[in-house]
Amino acid sequence: MCLAIPGRVESIDFPFAIVSFGGARKRIRIDLVEDVKIGEYVLAHAGLAIQKLSEEEVMEIEKLWEEMMEE
Amino acid sequence: MRREIISKLSKQIKELSDQLEREIRIMHLCGTHEDTISKYNLRDLMPENIRLISGPGCPVCIIPDTDLQKIFHLIERKSIILTTFGDMARVPFEEKSLQYYSSRGFDVRVVYSVFDAIEIARKSDKPVVHFGIGFETTMPSTASAIIDGVSNFYVYSAHRYFLPAMDFLLSLGEIRIDGFINPGHVSTIVGSNAYIPLFKKYGIPQVIAGFEPEDVLLAIKIMLRALIKDELGVFNEYRRVVRPEGNLKAKEAMKEVFGVDDWEWRGFGTVPESGAPIKKKYEDQDALKFFEDVFEDFIPKEDRRKRACRCGEVLRGLIMPNECKLFMKACNPKSPVGPCMVSFEGTCNVWAKYGRY
Ligand code: SF4
Repeated sequence: MCLAIPGRVESIDFPFAIVSFGGARKRIRIDLVEDVKIGEYVLAHAGLAIQKLSEEEVMEIEKLWEEMMEE
Repeated sequence: MRREIISKLSKQIKELSDQLEREIRIMHLCGTHEDTISKYNLRDLMPENIRLISGPGCPVCIIPDTDLQKIFHLIERKSIILTTFGDMARVPFEEKSLQYYSSRGFDVRVVYSVFDAIEIARKSDKPVVHFGIGFETTMPSTASAIIDGVSNFYVYSAHRYFLPAMDFLLSLGEIRIDGFINPGHVSTIVGSNAYIPLFKKYGIPQVIAGFEPEDVLLAIKIMLRALIKDELGVFNEYRRVVRPEGNLKAKEAMKEVFGVDDWEWRGFGTVPESGAPIKKKYEDQDALKFFEDVFEDFIPKEDRRKRACRCGEVLRGLIMPNECKLFMKACNPKSPVGPCMVSFEGTCNVWAKYGRY
């Protein structure tokens, strides 16, 4: 239920967007996150984008962990 | 690469745990965390004195039978389309579930999101009632749908605020908890600052964590280090997603639509300020208000089949699923007795799925 997954915004028909989750496309509502653009990443839960993510936060997760591990 | 991170973190946890000579009990608060822990067998990676306990983080599980019976009561009496999430449709009360009603010709539809329910309402003349469940992660989507105001769309709100349950659990004082792993996606909405009052009240450290095994291990490491240094507080391992203030727009939408009330949780009794009823301003879309007369003769019953089910104790972190006599015998994923075996976020279901027994 509280599972949320990151996906890439492919097209926008505000307040909805087509978001690709590793190839699977879903219609996601995006108006509760600050101005989302095509190509950006969002974290979606039950049809709603609940957070915007930077590309680094999606793609370089391992780097983030390693940094935190050294803290 | 990832295996390296995991083994390095396990080593760090082992070293830290050696400095703590007592048993450390860490409770997580999210079914998805239980999934990660069971899937990657993180309990086996833990040093002997570190215990990972599962808490009330399953929105389907904590919905009391009263809500379920009210929904049954409604669909038996009114010609409506009922929409709900998949897990909820399979929770039994006596011999019935929403799936059972569907098989008997009642119009029950499983949806992926509340917005699918709105689309159904737009295409139908019948009233569409959405059985709204979930914590703060899910509430903003229901709030948006209500604000949209489609005229034949109604919500039965069984939404509950999560933080009051943490407070209530600690106030019961029946379990010793040294630290919480806080739910990453509830936190995405409420923000890390939201937990500070709870920390101030009880002094129990909390680490907000993501859902990869690395995230959970990092959270445990942060927790142990805080305990050793006696520098307690609210920590955020999931900084790539969770901001201190949370998601302001989502919080605003939630506040616009939902009030606060003392509501019952399965296994907890009444949890002060944990319920999210629909505000008067939106009562035209509140199923409880619109179908008020239907509920006049409603009297909740007890499901005798569930007497031996210990789901409530599982949710309060008092027992593990294999301490229930029915686990994997009379109660299994194919024929679940309690919701903790139905929901993908229920600890009993997760243990069954990964064969942790
Ligand atoms: S195994 Fe089944 S009966 Fe036992 S606590 Fe879990 S859900 Fe309830």
